[in-house]
Amino acid sequence: MSMIEVSDLHKSFGRQQVLRGVNLTVEQGESMTVIGGSGSGKSVLLKHIIGLLFPDKGTVVVDGLKLNGLDQHGLNEARKKFGMLFQMAALFDSLSVWENVGFSLKQHTKLSAKEIRAVATEKLALVGLKGIEDKMPAELSGGMKKRVGLARAIAINPAIILYDEPTTGLDPISADAINDLIIDLRKKLGVTSVAITHDMHSAYKISDRIAMLYKGQILEVGTPDQIRQTADPIVRQFITGSAVGPITAD
Amino acid sequence: MMKWLEHIGEQIFSLITEMGRVITFLIQTLRWSVSRPFYVKNLLKQMEVIGVDSIPVVLTTALSTGMVLALQSYTGFKRFGAESLIGTVVSLSMTRELGPVLTGLMVAGRAGAAMAAELGTMKVTEQIDALETLATNPMKYLVVPRFLASTVMMFFLTILGMVIGISGGYFVGVKVLGTNPVTYINQSINNTEVKDIWFGLIKALVFGAVVGLIGSYKGFNTEGGAEGVGKATTGAVVVSCMLILILDYFLSALLW
Ligand SMILES: Nc1ncnc2c1ncn2[C@@H]1O[C@H](COP(=O)(O)OP(=O)(O)O)[C@@H](O)[C@H]1O
Ligand SMILES: [Mg+2]
Repeated sequence: MSMIEVSDLHKSFGRQQVLRGVNLTVEQGESMTVIGGSGSGKSVLLKHIIGLLFPDKGTVVVDGLKLNGLDQHGLNEARKKFGMLFQMAALFDSLSVWENVGFSLKQHTKLSAKEIRAVATEKLALVGLKGIEDKMPAELSGGMKKRVGLARAIAINPAIILYDEPTTGLDPISADAINDLIIDLRKKLGVTSVAITHDMHSAYKISDRIAMLYKGQILEVGTPDQIRQTADPIVRQFITGSAVGPITAD
Repeated sequence: MMKWLEHIGEQIFSLITEMGRVITFLIQTLRWSVSRPFYVKNLLKQMEVIGVDSIPVVLTTALSTGMVLALQSYTGFKRFGAESLIGTVVSLSMTRELGPVLTGLMVAGRAGAAMAAELGTMKVTEQIDALETLATNPMKYLVVPRFLASTVMMFFLTILGMVIGISGGYFVGVKVLGTNPVTYINQSINNTEVKDIWFGLIKALVFGAVVGLIGSYKGFNTEGGAEGVGKATTGAVVVSCMLILILDYFLSALLW
């Protein structure tokens, strides 16, 4: 059984149809990356997978559980399977680094503050950060924020990690460090991961398979090698980053 | 002409849907207020931010209003020799009307704006989504503490406003204008009933709920980056002040 099964997913906002029948399956332990232009609906797709948005039509099944139709409690239980890294990290401004990382432990376990802090320190070490437990998010660089966001996402040992544009907005070196971290975490934790990005370098590096989202549907799915050798003119234009082709910039 | 009517129709329609959404938001807030878990620490923090930090503005406003009220009514009443009624005017206005309304407007401007700005920033930077992915209900974690703190603190701030306003009036009436202190106090006490104080405080509770509700609602519905946060903040202040003034009329009519 697949870990994530998205079937015939439709979503509109007002008159704008964003997703028009997305089908995508992600296997247990797989690293799937969805590529697509800005505004193509990648984040919307990701938010359906974690139950932040719900389909107008179609289904999202995670680990055998259908997300639409769950009550608040069921949904919260389902969400504990996930960790999500947001595009701008989305750290809580009013909490220190270790309180951010330990947030779900504080909410959902009976651990003491001291124990939570110890876990936070351990998770921060996993993402290569040391000695910043008491800093506030505003004091961190963009790359550091993403690492802290990642430490927060893995705090309760999720089975699935979702990455919303993990390398966007970072300098090339920090971006590649995040790529290495994603690969490394997958090795260490054996998680299933879904990333969305328009950074092809990152997509080739971190993925087992890549799917291209275009006009609300998945146009092609394949291994990085298959995608590199695609016959589809639209996919080719996107991966080579050419302004000339069937896709036009708006 | 048709275009114009159509436009009006659309405006009214969107106003009604918006009202529906606010009411749904209120019902959810109330429902989440009474179920576990309770975020007591967040509540206390908000009581401090909304209540304690609003004390200076409430003090200044109430004091100046009480003093001006005494001064102006003296000018008027002196013309027909009714200076002894200043005390009554000041204490009735402060308890029934100006205490709750001015406190409400001040807290809306200060705390309601801050609330919308903070929650709006959290919305556009996806911190509210992040809360949900961490299996924490944002309504419970963020809105309920602000709603309850705003309602409770408005009550106490209004008591403070009443006391300070009346004291300011006494100071001007007796010390500055030299009316008889015993008459002043007797007039105030005899003509103000406990009921007047309660009416004022019921208004305060309603206004507090309005500020907490609208500040949170506007924050949670922020869209479009920094500009959106600005709009949400202004919107929160304008809407809560309007609602306070409108509800004030109806509450005054209702509570005799
Ligand atoms: N909550 C929402 N309400 C209305 N429109 C939305 C919402 N979320 C996303 N959209 C719209 O859906 C489209 C796709 O957005 P998104 O998934 O964020 O794109 P991206 O592929 O860059 O991540 C955009 O046009 C965006 O404006
Ligand atoms: Mg996006």
